[in-house]
Amino acid sequence: MATRSAERVITGDEAVRAALRRKAGRNIPELIIRWILLACSLISILTTVGIVGVLVFESAAFFSEVPLGDFLLDTQWTPLFADKRFGIWPLVVGTLMTSTIAIAVALPLGLLSAIYLSEYASPRLRSTIKPILEVLAGIPTVVYGFFALLFVTPLLERVIPNLATFNAISPGIVMGIMILPMVASLSEDALHAVPVGLRYGAFALGGTKFEVSTRIVVPAALSGIAASFILAISRAVGETMIVAIAAGQRPVLTFDPREPIQTMTAYIVQVSLGDVPAGSLAYRTIFAVAMLLFLMTLVLNIASYFIVRRFREVYE
Amino acid sequence: MTSQNIVQFDGPTILKAENVAVYYGDKQVLRDVMLSVPTHKITALIGPSGSGKSTLLRCFNRMNDLIRGARVEGQVTYHDQDLYDPEVDPVEVRRRIGMVFQKPNPFPKSIYENITWGARINGYRGTMDELVERSLRRAALWDEVKDRLHENALSLSGGQQQRLCIARAIAIEPEVILMDEPASALDPIATLKIEELMHELKENYTILIVTHNMQQAARVSDYTAMMMLTEDRNSATVIEFGKTQAIFTHPRDRRTEDYITGRIG
Repeated sequence: MATRSAERVITGDEAVRAALRRKAGRNIPELIIRWILLACSLISILTTVGIVGVLVFESAAFFSEVPLGDFLLDTQWTPLFADKRFGIWPLVVGTLMTSTIAIAVALPLGLLSAIYLSEYASPRLRSTIKPILEVLAGIPTVVYGFFALLFVTPLLERVIPNLATFNAISPGIVMGIMILPMVASLSEDALHAVPVGLRYGAFALGGTKFEVSTRIVVPAALSGIAASFILAISRAVGETMIVAIAAGQRPVLTFDPREPIQTMTAYIVQVSLGDVPAGSLAYRTIFAVAMLLFLMTLVLNIASYFIVRRFREVYE
Repeated sequence: MTSQNIVQFDGPTILKAENVAVYYGDKQVLRDVMLSVPTHKITALIGPSGSGKSTLLRCFNRMNDLIRGARVEGQVTYHDQDLYDPEVDPVEVRRRIGMVFQKPNPFPKSIYENITWGARINGYRGTMDELVERSLRRAALWDEVKDRLHENALSLSGGQQQRLCIARAIAIEPEVILMDEPASALDPIATLKIEELMHELKENYTILIVTHNMQQAARVSDYTAMMMLTEDRNSATVIEFGKTQAIFTHPRDRRTEDYITGRIG
């Protein structure tokens, strides 16, 4: 009797062991799925690596003909003319000027809209406006470009004396309007994520709505707000269509935003669409400019990554 | 029906609720609340979950204003001034009637700034260093944090954070401190410290505390108000009020007795 029950225990254990063993029939499909998923994720990474590779390769070819010193120190950019000069500054200054104007429009207005939506608006208004903001972000930039050239510039001409038809102000402002919804929406997300308990704590100390919003909620959401700002700045620096249409194509070093200028992106468009032979030095300039543009936005994105990580969960 | 169990307190009272009803949207959560809060005493609000203790507490500093859809009817008076008079500024009310919450909610700033924040927005004119030391001493936290005043308040333990919140509340010199289960998120040792602190604060402040913990109510409070859902279970009210000792030894209401002895709850 005792031995039989012991046997039964043994067979029972063996059955469990057999059931737990790996089944070949299941492992192979699992493995295939795993490789397919890996391949999909690799495609985007490889594309990026490819782009960077081309940039580096072509820029290296460019810098083997043009010294880096000329590129960084010369103040004239005339690679398409007989007297070739390769100073990047006219393009960099053009880019910084339009971006600065865009940021001056988008950051304050975006943050204030975000504060309104998160702290003052009723949930119903908020849930109506937020999707509209996100739709605004989907308008093709070419539309904004013509809006700048055909609507905003004539309007500004009445107010600003000596404003050229192509200038930095108008596309700068319109670019600011373009990135404003993104700043507002992302900053609003950050403000909304601040725990309601912090607001209650501040109200209980006799804070007014404005004091609670600006002195407790905004500082607590600063990492998210900063991230939205940096994203907006990279967006402005990399924006192409609006400036290509409305800012002009005159790569001359100037700090006067009323004059026509050329941004780095607009220059790349101009050369890409033109009849510059592939492999020529003029053709390679666009890779050098693109490389610098890539480095600028890369630095901004890395900065945003560290800012977000540095301040994340600060209120938890 | 319940009024015979409300002992009218005959000493000085600072806050009074008369026929208070509170609605969240269409739902009535409190009705017919009568309560007098004695000056410089600790009054506990006890009762089962959902009996509107926190809701009643928030009536006294108009925190219900911040909850969308909340509506308060009846009279809530502070020094005989109706707090819901349209002339009354809720910001001024909250400056005089402070509040400590269930979950410690220090600002994500330094310990020092947590104390000075309220003082700054209220236009405090004294020396901030003194204010910080005085407030932290009164909240029995000074010795633990005096060497790291400029560290982030979130680096403190839960119990220290809650005492910081009390220090922050008393830094603006309120007359009344409302406490919404201030120790429910804390361990027994931190809870004991908060309770000892309350005894000391009683000298200068009137304290109204919501608690789930019957022993805590018995330990710390001078007066106790028992809250309970009404018979139709749609809304809640204060069913009994009196000296804590009397409530715990000779409850007049059957439901209070059942609750205190653990038969319901």
